Amino acid sequence: MAMTEPEILAGLGKIINEITGIPATEVTPEKSFVDDLDIDSLSMVEIAVAAQDEFGVEIPDDQLKNLKTVKDVVNFIQS
Amino acid sequence: MSKDQVRVVVTGLGATTPLGGDAATTWSALLAGRSGIKPLTADWIDTVPVKFAGVAAVDPGDVLPRPEARRLDRAEQFALIAARQAWEDAGTPKVDPDRLGVVVGSGIGGITTILQAYDTYRDKGWNRLSPFTVPMLMPNGSAGWISIDLGARAGAHATVSACATGAESIGYAIEMIRSGRADVVVAGGTEAAIHPLNIASFAAMRAMSTRNDEPERASRPFDKARDGFVLGEGAGILVLESEEHALARGATIYAVAGGAGFSSDGHHISAPEPSGTGGKVAMERAIRAAGISAADVVHVNAHATGTPVGDEIETTAIKDAIGGHPLVTATKSMTGHLLGGAGGIESVFTVLALKERIVPPTANLDDPADGIEVEIVRGEPRKLPEGQIAAINNSFGFGGHNVAVAFTTH
Repeated sequence: MAMTEPEILAGLGKIINEITGIPATEVTPEKSFVDDLDIDSLSMVEIAVAAQDEFGVEIPDDQLKNLKTVKDVVNFIQS
Repeated sequence: MSKDQVRVVVTGLGATTPLGGDAATTWSALLAGRSGIKPLTADWIDTVPVKFAGVAAVDPGDVLPRPEARRLDRAEQFALIAARQAWEDAGTPKVDPDRLGVVVGSGIGGITTILQAYDTYRDKGWNRLSPFTVPMLMPNGSAGWISIDLGARAGAHATVSACATGAESIGYAIEMIRSGRADVVVAGGTEAAIHPLNIASFAAMRAMSTRNDEPERASRPFDKARDGFVLGEGAGILVLESEEHALARGATIYAVAGGAGFSSDGHHISAPEPSGTGGKVAMERAIRAAGISAADVVHVNAHATGTPVGDEIETTAIKDAIGGHPLVTATKSMTGHLLGGAGGIESVFTVLALKERIVPPTANLDDPADGIEVEIVRGEPRKLPEGQIAAINNSFGFGGHNVAVAFTTH
């Protein structure tokens, strides 16, 4: 059963808040992880590890580097 | 101390211990003779023969923001908390980053991280590991994080010498300032090793007390009925500074960090050399490094862990190096043994004893063992004399490492 975008956003917001302290409300689709949310590469790996557990998906390293925005992650999880 | 030698002073103290979340709370608990040892309630407790420990009074997870805490091993959390306290206590000084150093070690390092990460690797696979696993398990992690926190660039070092680690760090820091490499160094020790594997391993050496029916009475250095040490956790950190730098910025000075004496037994991997020569030589070297005489040393915070073999030997060493006059105490009777953190918190206590001219009692010393050759403070705290006085903190570690740090009134 595919999750809806708001469900994924809520889950991602919680993960990103837990890892970086950024308020979950700031985790909106158009935000870039590096440019807007100031998330470094190690934190991005932490987020990916948590997202894999939360959403039950595998995010291979060669895919991870293409996930530039929150929307990219939402699309990846939905695909 | 020769006239041209740089004088090093203590300008800040920080600690998080089984008795309190800061140095002041811990110190008043020590003077009241209170124990920080409590029963453990973990789900693994039935798998080990020791069912109590000195758990930190304030959980570091309640102090640090969650995003920061999750990237740090518990030992690093303690170190960072104590370092920030010490830095604030020193007045958050403005220091040239190239003249600011860090020396903070741990006896064991991030062992809880190692063990939990191994479980994750085995059960879930490599790609479920936190990318911070390596920085959390490396024993130099605390020194690295503190140097980042303070922007210190004179050098960040992590000494490792088991239970002598904290004292060795402070000794190294004094030498860093003396040799001109830094003006200010944040130094001490940390440990977070309350894990069943550590307890089981120390128990396998028959080194731990198993007085499970009376945890608060279990840590009893110098007592006839002692049956081993009690594990504690936490960190103790000092801000050390050249006197010139401290005076120029109008800092409050606790004491002079006169110097450290180092020696190694070259004898046995865990047992002290029976005549106490190693400890004696370390104290003599500390006295020489501080430019004082044995008669000036009126107080010793002993290493005294409460294991059957070491405590009397240390009193012989104290008597041989200093004489029968110093008031000796074993604060591990109340905090438990913080391993690599011990020299850190006990240096904090030694400095406070000098500053306030009072020595905390040794708890649980009901019946002093035969062969105790010096006066152990027990029952009530004891006053130290007025005038220029000195005190020594002893820390000895498995491997035969002996460190004595001498402090004097400013």
